[in-house]
Amino acid sequence: MSGTTIRLQGCRKAFTDGTVAVDNLNLTIEAGETLVILGPSGCGKTTTLRMIAGFERPDTGQVFFGDSNVTRLPIERRDVGMVFQNYALFPNLNVAGNIIYGLKIRGLSPAERNKRCAELLELVGLQDHGQRHIHELSGGQRQRVALARALAPRPRVLLLDEPLAALDAQLRERLRSELDQLLRSLRITSVFVTHDQGEAMALGDRILVMDRGRVAQLATPRDIYQQPANAFVASFVGNLNAFPVIEPTAHGLKVSGGELPWKGIQAPTTVYCRPEHLRVMDDGGHLRGRLVGQFFQGAQSRLLVDVGGA
Amino acid sequence: MKRSTLFFAQLVFTLLVCAFMLVPVLLSLLAGLTRNYFVGVSGGLTLDWLVQVWQAYSPTVWLSLQLAVSCAVCVCVIGVPAAYALVRMNNRFSRAFEELMVLPVAMPGLASALALLLTYGQFGELRRSWLFILVGHVLFTLPFLVRPVMAVMQRQQLPTLEEAAASLGAGPIKRFFSVVVPNCRAGILAGVLMVVTLSLGEFNLTWMLHTPMTKTLPVGLADSYASARLEVASAYTLIFLLMIVPLLIALQAISARLSRGERR
Repeated sequence: MSGTTIRLQGCRKAFTDGTVAVDNLNLTIEAGETLVILGPSGCGKTTTLRMIAGFERPDTGQVFFGDSNVTRLPIERRDVGMVFQNYALFPNLNVAGNIIYGLKIRGLSPAERNKRCAELLELVGLQDHGQRHIHELSGGQRQRVALARALAPRPRVLLLDEPLAALDAQLRERLRSELDQLLRSLRITSVFVTHDQGEAMALGDRILVMDRGRVAQLATPRDIYQQPANAFVASFVGNLNAFPVIEPTAHGLKVSGGELPWKGIQAPTTVYCRPEHLRVMDDGGHLRGRLVGQFFQGAQSRLLVDVGGA
Repeated sequence: MKRSTLFFAQLVFTLLVCAFMLVPVLLSLLAGLTRNYFVGVSGGLTLDWLVQVWQAYSPTVWLSLQLAVSCAVCVCVIGVPAAYALVRMNNRFSRAFEELMVLPVAMPGLASALALLLTYGQFGELRRSWLFILVGHVLFTLPFLVRPVMAVMQRQQLPTLEEAAASLGAGPIKRFFSVVVPNCRAGILAGVLMVVTLSLGEFNLTWMLHTPMTKTLPVGLADSYASARLEVASAYTLIFLLMIVPLLIALQAISARLSRGERR
């Protein structure tokens, strides 16, 4: 399965009540790439996905699949596969019926349909479940069927709208790694929407972090974490400590709890750092504070330290 | 197990209420089978009256069935898409329309029939045809299908199911028939059950709209009450009940099975 490049050009979408969901979005998703759109609720990530899918038409701007402009095409003619948060399986059809639905519409012969259906059941590890009813399946199985259904007609693009959000933590983890392997082996262009940074980090070739309808950052998971473009991205992806600078001193910056070394010319107003970049010392550190809380988390512990200030 | 006095008091009360409602029905049925109602059962039982009714009024039975079935079909064809549109639009206009649709139910049947006669009465062909009565029945029974179908459509996660179907390449018409209709079966069946029942028993509208050539069962019944012996009218009631009770039980069973399936 080869991928299709997706291109959004200056897309903007406002709702009838005037709120702008997505503003001037330019985005290229490379063929075969898995792009994760990450952000808090209401940041425009779902609207972006729905514009790619064809459920929403952008007010301005254009959407391209490869070289063809699909802005005006409804979803049923865009050749996309879609996986929904609440599975959206047809309760009136059994598992095989759900998977075959899209194949029937594409006019495959019964023999071809059954062959493809068996392939997909095997792909998602549900070989013997073809004749099961949807209500007999667990949440994880349902989402696998939904995935098989979306992939069956060999879509150009796979879109996933928070597909793991309705599952419990353990199952989510397992399905996530299965999904990761699947997307990598299929090499299909996929867009995955989530508000879970762990999912984003694990699945994305690149992550698009969105904030209030705009791109906050678009980069690899590593870059997003290590070189966040701004404080929003830094605090949304991973944990973050912020130290407001009180005043520059001769050799550094005075902050609540001590003084940090600094050699630059223009002093920043806030210094940020990741928790793992701080080290607890007996004496002689740059910062001093009082331990307020300690949370054991297995492989690591989280310390809450009061350094004074706000 | 010792039951309290209250239990027996309630039991007696319930039985009395049941008797109050059922005895007239039973008496009426019995009247249709007695040789002479004024003599009573002691005068002997007979099926003569039933035969007589069948000979005189069997066309009304067939017409009523024909009307009920056609009415159910028409109401389905109009009502299911209408319910879908109303649920989809869900704005001030659609709510107003929903109210408007219930108007023929709230209004006396005679009034709606009169309105139909005033408007379409001059079209002789239509006026003389049974289709004229069908129009009245469809108007009257439409909300009884649209309402339950709308309720089912609102309960289901239909919009997402349709989006899923669309993503798999289904156009609007394909989506309606392959996703919307199958997932609203329970509501449609409940509605059809109601529509058939109402259409079979409808008298007000039908009495105004009928011609001597297009008499339905209830109209014939009124006719026989007015003109024939009491025993004939009662035998007629018996035929009506024989017709409608099995139908109701069957439809009820189907819709119960469907709604059980829906809940799983």
